[in-house]
Amino acid sequence: MRFLNRSVGRLSRHRRRPLAGLVLLLLGLLLTGGLYSAFAPATASTASDNEELVAEGRELFLVGCAFCHGQNGEGVSTVNGNWLGPTLAGVGAAAVDFQVGTGRMPMAQPGAQNPTKPVSYDQDEIDALAAYVASLAPGPSVPDPSDYSLAGLSSDEREEAIARGGQIFLTNCTACHNYAGKGGAMPRGGYAPNLSDTSAKHIYEALLTGPGQMDSFSNGNLSPEEKRDVIAYLYSLREQPAYGGFTFGSLGPVGEGLLAWVIGIGALVAIATWIAAHTARSNKKKGATA
Amino acid sequence: MSDQHGPDELGPGEHGSSDLPDKYAGHEGEIQSADEPIRNPGLPQHTWRPTDVDPKAERRAERQVAGIFGLAALCAVLFVVSYFVFDIGGSPEDDVPTIFGLGASNVALGGTLGLALLLIGIGLIQWARKLMSDHEMVEMRHPARSSDEDREATIKALNDGLEESGIARRPLVRNSLLGAVTVLLAPAVVLLRDLGPTPNQVAEEADYPGAGLEKTVWEKGMRVVRDVVGTPIRPGDMEIGDLFNAEPEIIFAVDEEGEPILEGEPLLIAKSKAAVVLIRMDPDENKPAPGRENWAIDGILCYSKICTHVGCPISLNERKTHHLLCPCHQSTFDLADAAKVVFGPAARPLPQLPLAVDSEGYLVAQSDFREPVGPSFWERDSQASTTE
Repeated sequence: MRFLNRSVGRLSRHRRRPLAGLVLLLLGLLLTGGLYSAFAPATASTASDNEELVAEGRELFLVGCAFCHGQNGEGVSTVNGNWLGPTLAGVGAAAVDFQVGTGRMPMAQPGAQNPTKPVSYDQDEIDALAAYVASLAPGPSVPDPSDYSLAGLSSDEREEAIARGGQIFLTNCTACHNYAGKGGAMPRGGYAPNLSDTSAKHIYEALLTGPGQMDSFSNGNLSPEEKRDVIAYLYSLREQPAYGGFTFGSLGPVGEGLLAWVIGIGALVAIATWIAAHTARSNKKKGATA
Repeated sequence: MSDQHGPDELGPGEHGSSDLPDKYAGHEGEIQSADEPIRNPGLPQHTWRPTDVDPKAERRAERQVAGIFGLAALCAVLFVVSYFVFDIGGSPEDDVPTIFGLGASNVALGGTLGLALLLIGIGLIQWARKLMSDHEMVEMRHPARSSDEDREATIKALNDGLEESGIARRPLVRNSLLGAVTVLLAPAVVLLRDLGPTPNQVAEEADYPGAGLEKTVWEKGMRVVRDVVGTPIRPGDMEIGDLFNAEPEIIFAVDEEGEPILEGEPLLIAKSKAAVVLIRMDPDENKPAPGRENWAIDGILCYSKICTHVGCPISLNERKTHHLLCPCHQSTFDLADAAKVVFGPAARPLPQLPLAVDSEGYLVAQSDFREPVGPSFWERDSQASTTE
């Protein structure tokens, strides 16, 4: 009690300072806002928000996606039985966020592989599209940042997570994406993309949904923690200095061999030619001046 | 050094062959013969380098060469110094020194050793170019054929030898010699055969499960678990389009005291033969081979991960076509069609592991693979695919 009295007294000494009014006003506003958000009817408003988002997403979908995917996302097939655009029922919000968020969709033209492009929609529009497609049938939802963040882990746990992620990556991913995640060639003109600049969210979504020819790694396959560890490993690769020297694109013996044979041996030949072509000669004759 | 073959007073138009040492004088008449419509101009006049005529330049070049060799020695010393100075780190949290974002140790070791070798090379070149004689000289080609006398003498000696040994007259001696040499192969065969155990000896004598080329550690009821983490798999964990890299449970299993059941070499052998890929596809897409109708569970198929060409582990799968591609030589297997080879050098389909579900709902093997996994080998029975 004495302690309380003393601290109130200490506070009270500041009550006539010039900033005291401003501080009091800010405290009041914070309290009001906090109380409102705590007691406001939150569930009802998100439900109607979601309905609005789905409606907005449908508008965007009809303009940008329906030509190939059908007006209700049912897919459009070609005369020879292939998909012009596959059905989107069940692909989930994660697939939309990945495909549109990396610029792969909307597709410019059909081809061996759908490349990344500058993104055509802003994040709000992508969220609306994702909400609409997710409303067609249940599917994987967009992961929360806490799903792939190492925040809250001690440094030992982080290291353990990165090491486990590395083992999982080397077992499941390197076959196509290269041991350093630099990507690689696949049959019939396809390729596994380079993962050096892919955001954690998009890696997570790709694992969940299996875009293009990629296998999916659903939560039953790699648990959310294991996915988080794989992403932590990939991020740790980006920060790591090249301890072994120049990486030459981390393509293994192909890149190194190409450099050694073309640039290394080429330079040796050029130097040898240069040495043979240059000799200083004198007009004097031996013994003439001596 | 070059004094012996370099008459300085030789004019540009002077005959070249007189520039040669005396041992080539015999060719002079030939060169000047009337058969040659154009006179052989010989070698052009030799011009001297500054180091040949200027003693100062010569001494400077000498110092340069010695200096370059000295630098090479310095680099070699720096190599030894940087070997001990720069830490290469034993664990990830060690702060390993870097130069320009590259590991300092590697850069310093590679740089100093490379420079030392390069400087020795540069010094040698400088020595040869500046100080060694660069006088042009001619050496005439000699015929490769021996003289007729030598050839006759050699053939005669050979014939005399044959005659005196009497090998043509005594076939008994000749044949018994040939026979003795042939039988001498037998010790070699016996010794080479015992260089390593044969696959059958391995299978019979090894004290760990799944030994030999015909068998793996898979057995009836053994669970299929995720690779790396070792957790068992329920069919419900797999969605259509999922690919699991999996191993038999025994790889991760421990006994009552917490010691791994398999470790060391048997563990590596088990892993290298028993690794599998699990894939779930739409059950309608799968075309099971005859007799394998009950090997899949709701479109979940399990195949050996070891390529039947030369044994690389395969897991490059294309989800839409179910084509599994080997990264080594591009052998491609159609997993929806009993893993038949659709492209590449592999000659056999990937062996399939028959699946079942145990009482707790986890995926297990019905049995070991029904045929040997991995590349073909000498004793493999190419017809056997359903041996129990």
